Amino acid sequence: MRRHLRSLGRIFETGVINFIRNIGLSVAAMSVMFVTLTIVLLSFVANVAFTNTIAQITNQIGISVFLKDSDTPAQTNTLLAEVKRLPNVKSIQYLNKTQALAQYEQQNTANKQLANAVDVLSNPIPATIIINPVNLNKIQDIKNFLVEPNVAALQSDSPTYSGEREVAINKITHATNILREVGILSIVIFTIISVLIIFNTIQMAIFNRRDEIKIMRLLGASTAYIRGPFVVESALYGLFSGTLSTFIIYGAFKGASSSLQASSLGLLNISYAANYFDNHFLLSLAAMVMLGILLGAGSSFIATIRYLKFKTK
Amino acid sequence: MILLDRVTKKYSRSEGEALHRITLNVEPKEFVIVIGQSGAGKTTLLRLLTCEERPTSGKIIVGGIDYDKLKDKDIPMLRRKIGVVFQDFKLLPNKTVFENVAFALEVVGASKREIKQTVPKVLSIVNLKGKENSMPRELSGGESQRVAIARAVVRQPRILIADEPTGNLDPKHAWDVIKVLEKINRYGTTVLLTTHNQEIVNKLKRRVVTIQAGSITSDRTKAGYKS
Repeated sequence: MRRHLRSLGRIFETGVINFIRNIGLSVAAMSVMFVTLTIVLLSFVANVAFTNTIAQITNQIGISVFLKDSDTPAQTNTLLAEVKRLPNVKSIQYLNKTQALAQYEQQNTANKQLANAVDVLSNPIPATIIINPVNLNKIQDIKNFLVEPNVAALQSDSPTYSGEREVAINKITHATNILREVGILSIVIFTIISVLIIFNTIQMAIFNRRDEIKIMRLLGASTAYIRGPFVVESALYGLFSGTLSTFIIYGAFKGASSSLQASSLGLLNISYAANYFDNHFLLSLAAMVMLGILLGAGSSFIATIRYLKFKTK
Repeated sequence: MILLDRVTKKYSRSEGEALHRITLNVEPKEFVIVIGQSGAGKTTLLRLLTCEERPTSGKIIVGGIDYDKLKDKDIPMLRRKIGVVFQDFKLLPNKTVFENVAFALEVVGASKREIKQTVPKVLSIVNLKGKENSMPRELSGGESQRVAIARAVVRQPRILIADEPTGNLDPKHAWDVIKVLEKINRYGTTVLLTTHNQEIVNKLKRRVVTIQAGSITSDRTKAGYKS
């Protein structure tokens, strides 16, 4: 037991010493690892930010149900309760005539003619229920409910999901689904590419030191005793690269969100990404370090196999 | 101590035999010189003893270990019992002289204290006192070979195999290395030395085994020809 612990200690010590003595090779391997891990992290954060932007867009899309001025509060409350019970309803918002007018005026501040026309009349905007569906592709059950005779009788106008707006909703839904899939796919592809690049880099580093491995073999060193320091050394590459890439990306988003006038670049919401990092910094750091260590240690474990084989017959 | 019984080695089907039905018996504490021209099979013989290669046929027993029964996982244990000196030194390039010698003790799980006591002693035997912190690239050929010898003997093996240890050295350094090997043999270690330096063979006056084209053509003791 004591001997095993002593060997384990030596493996770690040798790994660290080799890391320092082969600093040129270590820096080269870490540079490649840093770039690839940064790409993985960047694509992950970008995907999170895109998803958020898409969620914000879809949250703004709702079904507006216009009520008659003659509807009693009891009828309105019953209708609200029934709508809430529908399975595909995420949330509902009730705007009385005054609130609906205020919202209308706010939405049409740029169009003075429309605002003036409303002012002339005595509030023609009906009380409105805004329904946010869970899934925009499955609003048929809501539609069916709203055209039921007793429900339709309470409405002053048809709900605004029909016509061009429905087509627009469908297009947005379709686009968001594609963006989400592309985001996930890009993370998977970048991760695979990163693994291959890191594996090849470490394999090259170990290839340069294959003679060292063979000498250790000839001196009677066990497989674990030879491989251990290489695994520790490569794990250190991962530790430093993962830490550095997390800090760099964090700094970049933080800097961009505070210095750039715009809070977003296209669909990439920089402020959201910076906030996301603030809230998940330790988790991101731990994940990147773990990924780096696993990639480094795993790659060197596999890369040493061929030089540790014995010739049997 | 070392027994080879009708050992044949063939590297591939298309090539001829590197060794042909070699039979050799080396007694404990003996100093045996194996001579032969380049390509005669000397290095193959030593590679079989260190289990870098396996024989195509025949039996090898070293220090009571039957190689036929040796599994891959047991090879490191075997190598720990045999000291090997290579013509090209095979020093670990990223370790100092001290660390190179210490490595041989580390793999057998020696304590730090034991290493600190033993390594300087062995380095002084091979006249390398003061070179402990030098890196292999800073050493001359003779010094490098003496480090290799120190590393091979630090575990006090019962058998020392030296594969042309003087091959890359000038006559003065070559003779220094041979004197170290003789000293080690006097301490009771069996030494198997390969060389093609006739001067060393003549001066040493030890048992000489000659290999030609993969076969033993003569086996001569100090007293004369054995066979």
